[in-house]
Amino acid sequence: MIHFAQVSKYYGGRGVIEDITLSIEQGCFVALVGKSGAGKTTLLKTINRLIEIDSGAITIDGAAITALPLASLRRRIGYVFQGIGLFPHMSVAENIGLVLRLQGTVAPPERIAELLELVSLPRDLADRYPAQLSGGQAQRIGFARALAAGPSIMLMDEPFGALDPVTRNALGGAYRALHDRMGLTSLLVTHDMSEALLLADRVIVLGGGRILADLPPRALLQYRGDESVRAMLDCVRDQADRLEALSRSAG
Amino acid sequence: MTELGVALPDLLRLVQAHLFLSGSAVVAALVIGLPTAIMAARNRRVGAPLLGLISLLQTIPGLALLALFYPLLLIAARATSLPIPALGFLPALLALGLYALLPIVRNSVAAIRGIDPALIEAANGLGMTGRQRLWLVELPLGAPVILAGIRTAAVWTIGTATLATTIGQPSLGDLIFSGLQTEDWRRVLVGCVAAAGLALLADFMLALIEGGLAARSRWRLGAGVALLLVATAATFLPIPNATQSKGTARVIVVGAKNFSEQYILADLLETRLRAAGYRTERRDNLGSAIAYRALAAGDIDVYVDYSGTLWADVLRRSDTPSAKAMLVTLAHELARRDKVRLLGGLGFENAYTFAMRRSRAQKLGISDLDSLAQASSKLRLATDLEFLSRPEWEAVERHYHPAFRQARAYSPTFMYRALGDGSADVITAFSSDGRISAMDLVTLGDPRGALPHYDAVMLLTARVAQDDKLVAALQPLIGAISIETMRQANGMVDRDADKRTVEQAAEWLATKMVKPNK
Ligand SMILES: Nc1ncnc2c1ncn2[C@@H]1O[C@H](COP(=O)(O)OP(=O)(O)O)[C@@H](O)[C@H]1O
Ligand SMILES: [Mg+2]
Repeated sequence: MIHFAQVSKYYGGRGVIEDITLSIEQGCFVALVGKSGAGKTTLLKTINRLIEIDSGAITIDGAAITALPLASLRRRIGYVFQGIGLFPHMSVAENIGLVLRLQGTVAPPERIAELLELVSLPRDLADRYPAQLSGGQAQRIGFARALAAGPSIMLMDEPFGALDPVTRNALGGAYRALHDRMGLTSLLVTHDMSEALLLADRVIVLGGGRILADLPPRALLQYRGDESVRAMLDCVRDQADRLEALSRSAG
Repeated sequence: MTELGVALPDLLRLVQAHLFLSGSAVVAALVIGLPTAIMAARNRRVGAPLLGLISLLQTIPGLALLALFYPLLLIAARATSLPIPALGFLPALLALGLYALLPIVRNSVAAIRGIDPALIEAANGLGMTGRQRLWLVELPLGAPVILAGIRTAAVWTIGTATLATTIGQPSLGDLIFSGLQTEDWRRVLVGCVAAAGLALLADFMLALIEGGLAARSRWRLGAGVALLLVATAATFLPIPNATQSKGTARVIVVGAKNFSEQYILADLLETRLRAAGYRTERRDNLGSAIAYRALAAGDIDVYVDYSGTLWADVLRRSDTPSAKAMLVTLAHELARRDKVRLLGGLGFENAYTFAMRRSRAQKLGISDLDSLAQASSKLRLATDLEFLSRPEWEAVERHYHPAFRQARAYSPTFMYRALGDGSADVITAFSSDGRISAMDLVTLGDPRGALPHYDAVMLLTARVAQDDKLVAALQPLIGAISIETMRQANGMVDRDADKRTVEQAAEWLATKMVKPNK
């Protein structure tokens, strides 16, 4: 379980995250949505301390995240982001095996093949270099690299942001399946409400550094509170309605 | 051999010395520069002023930087009372290393800062420690840019290392500087071509490694590294000694300033010492003021200086006593101050003397410094590089009040050229110079006695002066060289036609020595 207790983060006196208290159960798939600048990335990065909080406390399974050495904390948490960040001077296999290497072990070829298979990529990609991959392949490798050391928590910051819609849809579905199979705790930052509704068990809507709504997708669709949250939901509904109308008129 | 103006083994030894010096400087700059750059890249508050400081160092001319380390090391040696050598390899290494620092630090900082921020975020997010990020991400990705910096540093350093000659560190500059003095253009050319060749070779080798890293080409990387190893091996390969006979283990360092007469006399001293069973080494092209301090500090053991120079530079005196009184005072004072032994005069003077072309002097009716001063507003004066800042010039101004239309400083060779080609009317010649008779110059009298005597004298460190055998080997030189003989020997080396090498002139001089009567 990840627990936030009255967590705040300020930049130059301005609260980017303000007094957030929040618990995320083991095995839960949480989507963090909100307009850009809402504080999603900041909230996510406080967990693996890529950003240090200014007040409050964060614990994982009861232990403060500051209790562990930084590198060990991060190695236990998978991190995937829009920039992907595969190292161009390392082969696919070397990229995937990196966290194990940081811990002083070597990933055997079978383990690399297994991880490639996990993200639905052929084994023979192992010897390629990042420059020789498509965007979708590269982000699948990004996932494989984050999963290699067997983390129980996955942090994802718009991981599908740079991908085309088809690839995006396919990868999203594939990851949800992985999450279930491996019993992960997942936090997915996205600005796409429909993606959040379709993938997550729980959707947290952030705005101005505060939690505007925190509900399972079904319940969120019934939400009657904050106006900006309703606008986001209306946008999704509106698109669905228009598609529905379009397909009916075609049929 | 002499087609090149230098014997092949000597040339190879200079190439080795040059490579060793440049290589050490670049390695030193790398060892210091890379960690500095890493620190500067991570901490901008430290980085900006640091880069500014290093850029500032770069604006100091190479020659000045080399020269500055001489007094600095002297002070360091005095302050710590450690035997820190102020001449030769150490100051050259320090100056060149500092010079090589800028391209290495600047490129390394740019290389590290220029890495895609997404890769840094990935590295941090995966849980790399700072050190792991450095070795696994920043250095490998920055390597081509860092190497480009090393390449620039290597090419600069190999070029600048030719200047190390002036502070007594052998390099290819030995050929260039001595060739310039004796107008032996073959030596200058050989020195330049060899230095340029080394620079090109280093550039090619490092380009191979850099390209190999950037393109991940094992073949190119391997070829570059192999070349680097060959070059390193070549630097340390022993070269059979062509000019030196094996003798006792004792090495006597013979110094010389930067003109022909000094080379010839140093060669003469060396020949006599070797005949007496000593091994010798040379430190050539020492600046006039540096030579004495080098002797006082024990960096060289023996050299020839001139009484007037010592009188003004060391004793800081501007009076002009008789030649004899000057020698007596000098012998006493040098021994007292620095334990330097003035062994005796060689028998001739190499004094500053104003000289003009005969025809011009006759036309203007100039015969001495008085008549020169009267006509000076129409005349252009060419001096050697130091005369105008010397007390002798002050004395001339005080006694004669000349007001030349123009006064310019040249290296000695070009000073004579300036008189020859009409860009100067008067020069501050040297009385033992072969060119005085060769160019048919008149030397102007000094009726008011402004210029001191400049007897050539042998100076020894206390260490070698205690060695009776050594003193006995040099003793016969006292009073043995006449002004006419010295002029001829200098002329053999300096003239354009039928030029002789310094060694040949020194051999000839040895046959012309007169037995002192007393
Ligand atoms: N290093 C920083 N310095 C100052 N302000 C920042 C910094 N990082 C983020 N912010 C500000 O914090 C707010 C939240 O940023 P972020 O968490 O990245 O938003 P989101 O991911 O929801 O788009 C934004 O207004 C952003 O401008
Ligand atoms: Mg964001």
